[in-house]
Amino acid sequence: MMEWTNAIVQGVLLGGLYALFAAGLSLIFGVMRLVNIAHGDLIVLAAYFGLTTSVMLGVHPFAALMVVVPLMAGLGYVLQRGLLNRTLGDDILPPLLVTFGLSVIIQNALLESYSSDPQKLSGGAIETASLQIGGLALGVLPLLTFGIAVVVIALLQWIFYATSLGRGFRAVSDNQDIAQIMGFNKAHVFGLAMALALAVTAIAGILLGIRTSFDPSVGGGRLIFGFEAVIIGGLGNLWGTLAGGVILGVAQTIGAKIDPGWQLLAGHIVFLIVLAVRPNGLFPRVDH
Amino acid sequence: MTTAFVTRSTRASRIAMIIAVLALIVLAAAPWWAGRADLRLMGEIFLYLALACLWNLMAGYAGLVSVGQQAFVGFGGYMLFALTMFGGLHPVVAILAGGVLAAIVSVPIAILVFRLRGAYFAIGTWVVAEVFRLSFAQVSSLGGGSGSSLPVDVVRSLADSRSGREALAYWLALGAAVVVIGVVYAFLRTRRGLALTAIRDSEVAASGLGIDIWRTKLEVYVVTSAFTAIIGGLIFLQKLRISPDAAFSVNDWTAFVIFIVVIGGIGTLEGPIIGTLLFFALRETLADYGTAYLIALGAVAIVVMLKAPKGVWGLIRDRFDIELFPLSYRVRTRDDHQGN
Amino acid sequence: MPDTLLALNGLDAHYGDFQALFGVDMEVHAGEVISIIGANGAGKTTLMRSITGLMRNTAEQINHLGQPIGRLRADQVAHRGIAMVPEGRQLFPSLSIEENLLVGGKVGRTGPWSLSKVYDMFPILAERKGQKSMSLSGGQQQMVAIGRALMANPDLILFDEISLGLAPVVISDIYKALPDIIGEGMTAMLVEQDISRALQVSSRVYCLQEGRVSLEGRTGDVSRDDITAAYFGVTT
Repeated sequence: MMEWTNAIVQGVLLGGLYALFAAGLSLIFGVMRLVNIAHGDLIVLAAYFGLTTSVMLGVHPFAALMVVVPLMAGLGYVLQRGLLNRTLGDDILPPLLVTFGLSVIIQNALLESYSSDPQKLSGGAIETASLQIGGLALGVLPLLTFGIAVVVIALLQWIFYATSLGRGFRAVSDNQDIAQIMGFNKAHVFGLAMALALAVTAIAGILLGIRTSFDPSVGGGRLIFGFEAVIIGGLGNLWGTLAGGVILGVAQTIGAKIDPGWQLLAGHIVFLIVLAVRPNGLFPRVDH
Repeated sequence: MTTAFVTRSTRASRIAMIIAVLALIVLAAAPWWAGRADLRLMGEIFLYLALACLWNLMAGYAGLVSVGQQAFVGFGGYMLFALTMFGGLHPVVAILAGGVLAAIVSVPIAILVFRLRGAYFAIGTWVVAEVFRLSFAQVSSLGGGSGSSLPVDVVRSLADSRSGREALAYWLALGAAVVVIGVVYAFLRTRRGLALTAIRDSEVAASGLGIDIWRTKLEVYVVTSAFTAIIGGLIFLQKLRISPDAAFSVNDWTAFVIFIVVIGGIGTLEGPIIGTLLFFALRETLADYGTAYLIALGAVAIVVMLKAPKGVWGLIRDRFDIELFPLSYRVRTRDDHQGN
Repeated sequence: MPDTLLALNGLDAHYGDFQALFGVDMEVHAGEVISIIGANGAGKTTLMRSITGLMRNTAEQINHLGQPIGRLRADQVAHRGIAMVPEGRQLFPSLSIEENLLVGGKVGRTGPWSLSKVYDMFPILAERKGQKSMSLSGGQQQMVAIGRALMANPDLILFDEISLGLAPVVISDIYKALPDIIGEGMTAMLVEQDISRALQVSSRVYCLQEGRVSLEGRTGDVSRDDITAAYFGVTT
């Protein structure tokens, strides 16, 4: 019994990481209806940036966030204004295929610079530290990851609904033409949204890199987890995305408990069941 | 006196037809004139050509942009192994049966993933492919995660000699490419095919015309899935070895196929053919550069998508107004003095 | 000679191969109210899209305060002080009423209009400021759309079909309020299908027909018949 409780709790905490994978994806879709196929590769890219930063400066990966978050945000802005804005329009093919091409470019550029050897960010003592709570041994790192996910989502929620930046995101999302007439530069607003999304991606990448080893090919899997969390939770609902991540995480840890080969499969199956039963997700946005 | 009439065929399309028939005769004779390595390469080219035509039908005509067709490539490959090893079927029969099974399996999948729109549909198909990969990795009788080789007696049942088997695999690949191109072309000329083009241009308008969009898309999805599985079976008949990672590789069976179609010209029949030739020309000359070659390929696809969304064939067609596979009707004038 | 606020010099506009405006000349002076009338498809909406920058034109074809603005983006035009009350109101559905008004003030120009001033004029909006805009009646939504444009403190305000889809009594109210709204040193262009309404409040009128100016003049100088002819393209 205790073992199962443990599996569920571990799954919940893992869900925090998946919510971080998903938050950027959800934000971008919400503001500009763009689905970024390269999202997972950008997470992995951030993990590699974290690796280089922490090795070169000799600092803890968390300190590397000071460099990687602004770096990824800047990259997001440039990527959006230089490339992705050109793909937006009525036709869904250009954004899809361009981000798909971007995904292949990032993967192979990482292979070229870092080789295919698995890498890991060394988090030091925090990786093995744990807290004893009611007979469960909870890792400090998973707890911290979950806490960071909650804070990040609360922050995104606040930006979206309580700041003038967020008002701009929602206005442009509602009606691009009228928002422009009101003085919003659409290209700039989209650039800011992508910058924010990739700042979150930077945090996700570094936490991923401390938790597990990674190599240039793992981006696709991270994209899929993030995507599943978004769909399970319901499009356009950030707290729903966290719930979606948690459901996915629990499904995976319970699956792994039954049979190690079932970990990923169980997550995908839960996703497909949700898609079959509640195609709009468990917590769809209700405001219009 | 000059009269106007409507026709599909053009001089270019008739010339292309004659050239195609001649080329086919030469290609069919390849086992007698080509070396072993060339034969293998040409077989691979035909199979990629078929995959590209199928993906183009889905994405370019039916608007179903899937990044999960590796699900059916791998499924077809595994069916070849399973049905020959455990069902005792002849490999060619097993491959065709794999196509039928894929069609059946694709129906419930379509019902699920069709709930996702646009790009989310794309990622949804990828999830399905992952489910396939992980599931086949669980089947220990097929070698689990490490995969298995086609047993010697199954291989022998194709033909006694190695060269005989290689010729057979080649002819099957050539035949599959011809059949797929023919089927896609014939389909697009039917009423349903025209309906597809209407859907691509405007879903609202198409439903206004009384076209059942969902059903038409389902038909395309099922047919392409079946053929994709057959091609998958042929791919692994060439390779003689299968593993989950190779069978369900998103790079090999989807990324490359997408690049072929985009660079050649999405939504055109000629595009995949040009794209396949360009892709293999690039690969054969630049393969030594490994990752740099793939980076370049990705960059070329992005540039093409942004600057020439109808691909290389689109550029050629706009410049010369030719169509090798006549789909559009043209109004022509004829001078009756000469005509009669 | 009054100051020229906005001048259109041979404005052409195209949608792909289709030409929607042909060499339109117009001059709008500071402080006046002009109306633009014309049938559906005459090019009124295209004219609005061109002035606001949603459609790009040749730079010199549109001049604002003596400077060419034809190639500016919509947000740049907005910052120069041109605001619009769009056809069909087009409020932001996921924003509250107050947020809709705040978005209007995004350009940050100084002037008489502020949130409290808008609420003074339309008290009902103050009562409902936290609600989503879609919960309002059509007339109330039009108040938000007008308030949103005023929040920009523009020197030129464009009204695109403000009576469309509203009940007659509501239209009367809005037209009654219009002089107050425009009062504070603002210049207005009114696009209307309701000719008599438009003529009541404006000093000059332009009639568009098939993308060309078919009539222009002071409202007192043009007769009903002139307008009918210019509107429908029939000569009586």
